[in-house]
Amino acid sequence: MLTAVLLFLPLVAALLLHFTKGATTRALALGASLLEFGLAVYAAFAFKTTGSAGFNLDYAWIPSAGINFHIGLDGLSLLLVLLTTFLVPLILLAAFKHKYDNPSAFYALVLFMQTGLLGVFMSLDAFLFYFFWEVALIPIYFLAGAWGGERRIAVTLKFFLYTVVGSLLMLAGFVYLYLQTGPAAGSLASHSSELSAFYNLKLSAAEQSWLFWLIFAAFAVKMPIFPFHTWQPDTYTEAPAPATMLLSGIMLKMGIYGTMRWLLPVLPLGVSQWGKLVIILSVIGIIYGAIIAIRQRDMKRLIAYSSLSHVGLMAAGVFSLTQIGLQGAVVQMLAHGVNVVGMFFVADAIERRTGTRFIPDLGGLTRRTPVLSVCFLVMLLSTVALPLTGGFVGEFLLLAGVYQYNAWVGAVAGLTIIFSAVYLLRMFQRVMLGPDSAFSETITDLTGGELLVLVPLIVLVFWLGLFPGTFLHLSEPAVTNILALVGR
Amino acid sequence: MTSIILLSVFGILNLFLGFLRSNKVLLPGAMLLLLAVFGANLADWNVVHAPYFNNMLVVDNYTVAFTGIVLLTTIVLLPFSRSYVLSGETNLAEYYALLLFSLVGAIMMVGYDHLLMLFVGIEILSICMYVLAGSSKRDSRSNEAALKYFLMGAFATGILLFGIALLYGATGTFVLSQLATAVAAPANASLQPMLYIGILMMIIGIGFKVSAAPFHFWTPDVYEGTPTFFTAFMSTVVKTAGFAAFLKLLAVALPAAQGFWLPTIQAMCALTLLLGNVGAAAQTNTKRMLAYSSVSHAGYLLIGLVASKGVLTGDAANGIFFYSLAYSIATVAAFGVLKLVTEHRLRDDYSSLNGLGKTNPLLAFTMTVAMLSLAGIPLTGGFFGKFFLLAAAAGQGYIGLVVFAVIMSMVGLYYYLRPIIAMYLRPVDGDATPVPVDGIQTVTLAVLALLTILLGIAPGFLSGIL
Repeated sequence: MLTAVLLFLPLVAALLLHFTKGATTRALALGASLLEFGLAVYAAFAFKTTGSAGFNLDYAWIPSAGINFHIGLDGLSLLLVLLTTFLVPLILLAAFKHKYDNPSAFYALVLFMQTGLLGVFMSLDAFLFYFFWEVALIPIYFLAGAWGGERRIAVTLKFFLYTVVGSLLMLAGFVYLYLQTGPAAGSLASHSSELSAFYNLKLSAAEQSWLFWLIFAAFAVKMPIFPFHTWQPDTYTEAPAPATMLLSGIMLKMGIYGTMRWLLPVLPLGVSQWGKLVIILSVIGIIYGAIIAIRQRDMKRLIAYSSLSHVGLMAAGVFSLTQIGLQGAVVQMLAHGVNVVGMFFVADAIERRTGTRFIPDLGGLTRRTPVLSVCFLVMLLSTVALPLTGGFVGEFLLLAGVYQYNAWVGAVAGLTIIFSAVYLLRMFQRVMLGPDSAFSETITDLTGGELLVLVPLIVLVFWLGLFPGTFLHLSEPAVTNILALVGR
Repeated sequence: MTSIILLSVFGILNLFLGFLRSNKVLLPGAMLLLLAVFGANLADWNVVHAPYFNNMLVVDNYTVAFTGIVLLTTIVLLPFSRSYVLSGETNLAEYYALLLFSLVGAIMMVGYDHLLMLFVGIEILSICMYVLAGSSKRDSRSNEAALKYFLMGAFATGILLFGIALLYGATGTFVLSQLATAVAAPANASLQPMLYIGILMMIIGIGFKVSAAPFHFWTPDVYEGTPTFFTAFMSTVVKTAGFAAFLKLLAVALPAAQGFWLPTIQAMCALTLLLGNVGAAAQTNTKRMLAYSSVSHAGYLLIGLVASKGVLTGDAANGIFFYSLAYSIATVAAFGVLKLVTEHRLRDDYSSLNGLGKTNPLLAFTMTVAMLSLAGIPLTGGFFGKFFLLAAAAGQGYIGLVVFAVIMSMVGLYYYLRPIIAMYLRPVDGDATPVPVDGIQTVTLAVLALLTILLGIAPGFLSGIL
């Protein structure tokens, strides 16, 4: 029951928002998202005592086809649910800082998207997973398209077509897998789309080989992995700041999560055949994203490429198929979600004050904005993976995993830390320090409302850095389970 | 059967109502009547009737299901004829009467058990549509549409009739079940070529009616010229009835000739998908795009015929039912919005929809839901329609065809997004006043959007009913 409430509460709130105006709209949107976070925290405590059994919810959805509305939580899902419910209120707070046309529609789409995202993380039925996968896409398309920058129409069209083509290929793969299954116990239909039915399939290596690419296409586009990334920098740049935070903070994790839940254990032979190639592509993405980030002069674009570089490391860690690599990916999903939302928020705060995010136009901002500088620096150092921060734990575990897989690949992947120090510290130096610009004297420091967003993020950065065990304990059984299924 | 009688009687009554010269009664009257017929039709669900008129017509669940779709489509379409009522159109009673008569034809096409009944049904439907296509008398494009549709349609009906005659010549019967035995065990092997030519000609004749390539060439011009209200009827009711008839012919009468018609239908299917989708992607006019899109949907429905493997129930038949329903609802919504917008803004290219999200949020929302449903995006009925059909085809091993259909639906995304982009992402150009929508249209549009979403969230209650 709690699972269903958790899933549909944002949707109900989104529908109710339609009938509200002005301050009520904000209060309702924020209230609903905070309540949702509270529920997720409660679920996390309940999870510690009952385990995943208490969260299983299974109804016949299309009985004639053996498709069920089956949702549930394990440690891995729970962490991503926590991340989503933690970030959405902060993203809404960030959205309140802007004067958007038709704000109730904007907040409603954010909450609608939250239901889609939670559905992806909770689904235990292939077609339900696909359903929520697309449900998450529709609101973000409208968020980026209707409230975005000048080139929004072409950019969002590209984004939409890329991701839908990827997910249609995934659907085709799911249909093939579904047709290979037998009937579920007690069902009249001849096939079943249950996750467990997919896990029990015994497919030949040849079948798994091509199925791998059908299903991985959707995940690779969503993450994105080099060379499926070309939609990403443009979309991140053109989308309004809250949409960019949703895209980079949460939506990107759909790809990593999908790989861990729906690809590795379902097609182990396909993974062992193509895993090496994916790791090489990921490592290319790490270097490629980092080198391009160095040359960027637009803050948002720089962070977009930095995100591309970091997600490459997560993918490499997942495909290393080691316990430590997968655990690293879990922590890094959380850390990256927090970091990138914080970075985009700071960039947005600077842009709202100066009207520009063009790095050469900025400089010497720190004198008037000590608090902003500190917050910016914390987010930045966590992204660079400085010890004590969440980024360090994540990247360290990931690199350890990749190193176990292959020392040379690990060494090249390790360059990510050096590169990110180069481009991020350079950005900080040129924006916050450096010679004075037109804005050095006029810029104002963070307001209390903005600190409300950044303080929770900073707390989580240090929590992840100092006590990663809180989260690693939750995900450990799930990760072990996945690896056991891969190794069978 | 009750529905045929009711519709015929009320059609004639409607003609007399025209003498009253009061258009105000006509619309609510016609809607109430259709609701009554819809109810009468549903009452036949799971009721066993003996065949009517010496095996001419059967009323079984198959008939009831597809009759239900065409009746429902017409009910939700009627409110969009309000502008005729308001403008004091003198022939409104005749239009409604023709619509009711054409529904009789459609029901006969769905319920036929005898090839003559199929022919009569198609003719009743088509002749009404020829007249309605030209109903905008002073518009030269409407005249062109009517003439084109009539000439091509008459030619196609001729071919269909020729096919029926050859089939009769080869088997000696018109009744579907007897045809099936005669085709399975031919009495005279020398008549086989005649049988095959007959089947081919029937496929061509019906293929024309449902606008399947390569017999789709009339569709864009006729759809564009025909008044939008009747275009909507044409692209939903005619197609649904046509596919119900098509499936019945292939599945009941000709399963034994599968080796012959299966490759033919497969080739038509691939060609229809290609020409429909690529054609639609090249359009700048919303109505022409919808015309090509209706061709492409004929392609998806043909996949159902391929996957049916000559069985009238089962996954493929259910898929065709669900797809027709989802397609009809979404198409009525799209044409309804287009009609309202065109009447106000006097254009029907994509840019006429610019900024509709601001001026008329409900119209824009309904249109968006309709476009997403036609594109087959989850949360809408169109997704499950495509899913059921493609899963049925994949289950029968037609992987190549399914992959091709998936690729084509990616092309579809491109053109279905263009109206959405115009409505939400572009500012209004020119007249920024909201498009006037009256109460009943508002309700209908909301119902259409909700139905589409309902089919997309809870397809279970209608999937697998056949």
